[in-house]
Amino acid sequence: MPRPIPIPDAISKPFWDACNEKRLIVQYCDICDYKQFPPEADCRECGWHLHLGWIETSGRGFINGYSVTYDSRIMAWHEEQPFNNAVISLEEDPKINFFSNLPGVPVNEVPVGSKVEVYFIPVSDDQMIPEWRVVDES
Amino acid sequence: MASQIHWERNEDPVGIWEHRGKVALVGRGHSAQTDRRWDGVSMDKTLGAKVVEAARAAIEDAGLTPDDVDGVVSSGGGQAWHISLGSQWGPLRDFFDPPYDSEDGLTYVTAEWVRRQMGLQNATYVNSHGETLWNLMGLAAQVVGDGLSEVCLVTYPNGNIEGRYHQNPSLDAPGRNQWTYPYGWGLSLQGYIFEQYARKYGTNHDRMAPFVVQEHANGLLWPYSYYAQHEPGPFTEEDYLNGRWIAQNLSIFDCDRPVQAGAAYIVTTAERAKDMKQKPVYILDHTESAFNPRSLVQTLDDTEEWTDTQARRSYAGSGLRPEDIDVFAPYDGFAVFTQYFLEAFGWRGVKRGDAHDFYADDISLKGPNPLNSGGGNMGTGRMRTVFITDPMEQLQGRAGERQVAIKAETAVTIGVLPINAGALAFSTVPD
Repeated sequence: MPRPIPIPDAISKPFWDACNEKRLIVQYCDICDYKQFPPEADCRECGWHLHLGWIETSGRGFINGYSVTYDSRIMAWHEEQPFNNAVISLEEDPKINFFSNLPGVPVNEVPVGSKVEVYFIPVSDDQMIPEWRVVDES
Repeated sequence: MASQIHWERNEDPVGIWEHRGKVALVGRGHSAQTDRRWDGVSMDKTLGAKVVEAARAAIEDAGLTPDDVDGVVSSGGGQAWHISLGSQWGPLRDFFDPPYDSEDGLTYVTAEWVRRQMGLQNATYVNSHGETLWNLMGLAAQVVGDGLSEVCLVTYPNGNIEGRYHQNPSLDAPGRNQWTYPYGWGLSLQGYIFEQYARKYGTNHDRMAPFVVQEHANGLLWPYSYYAQHEPGPFTEEDYLNGRWIAQNLSIFDCDRPVQAGAAYIVTTAERAKDMKQKPVYILDHTESAFNPRSLVQTLDDTEEWTDTQARRSYAGSGLRPEDIDVFAPYDGFAVFTQYFLEAFGWRGVKRGDAHDFYADDISLKGPNPLNSGGGNMGTGRMRTVFITDPMEQLQGRAGERQVAIKAETAVTIGVLPINAGALAFSTVPD
């Protein structure tokens, strides 16, 4: 199934470029010691951009909840219905979230709370996106 | 023509509203027919036509004439963040003759368009910066309280056009969609938050049934309800439980049905209200709130924190306590919103996680806890206006078959989203 392909912009391009190198990065303000994702022009804590850079994450997290989509607004996904929509919390900062379809996990059998690790899948010839796999069911 | 005023009451600590009880709601009007959608052709059924019909009805309801109106406040598209129906679907078409020479009057309706189309020559204050219904009414209340308008016509369009709602065929995911579309994340948000809620409090989707069924029953008693006009049969618990999933834990019957309708209200000073046709409903307060999630997604924790904040502001602004509220109308555009607002406001002592037990008890229209006596969106369609009209009519004692059996002297209504909400407090007396 062809998926919608992320179109990087000036702010998000470093993130998507890192995905192509199989690295998961988030923005980090070294004044505030604050991580943020998705990326923004300024640090949400201090409002400055001068100390806002990128930091590599552990690539580990846990499933904090999910939905199962049966009737998506995104037409490219219709043929995959129903499918899992899980939300991942990053291990080192659980308030940072990522999405996952948890490939291989049966629909509606999402092991909430389980540990996951990131890997990367292609959505086009020149773009990878993060995905997550369960490493320790709890 | 000053349109930009600092009107939102969204900074803590919110104090008692400076115009508490000095502003009143005195008229309401609705377009007679609530349609499923506009066909894009019939000029007597455009959103503009619906709003004009409603505005005339509201003016007449208050015992006024168009020449009495000295202000018009509108929400162009009826949605949060100033989104309009036209901008959502982006219809490409040749326009009609003036006044329909843009989308204004077709799929959104500005205050300027209403003034021009209705020939409201004395309307010197015009403001189209309202958003969803609660914010719009809050803006109008502040405008009147601040003396910018004495007789303010408030118009609210909410429409639907041909085609499926928000369907997106694109394989490109720019902007905000770059984070969501590659994973098929759409309505999943409300299903996800509800899944967290159900897990945290040990409940499940089916326990929503008594609430949604009751809302449908209430809505059938409102003449402008889409269901009263087009599907007047009963809606049963079995119907609800057989609803197809949209985004688990949301079924089709947890999602409001988009319709095409207009509504209008007259807001005036308490002094001027004394001479009008209807019993005034005094506005004790308006408060607003808007938030951003910490990361990609709004969580249940966010939802509870944000609705708690909105409830705290509302009580601080109106001076009411939970036990003071007779009529309570928390929004239900997705049916799950109601439980978050209900638990935050603590109406009838409902605490976090208690909503489904409360639904299982007695929320009947003639019982002690007539939640959403107007039927909400689930019982009337996606107009939202029953959330103003029903509390207003309950306090005026003219809700007809919907009139609640309990005392109806105060009301609180809140919507639209936990992430972007406004609350209004009403009373039969000014203080």
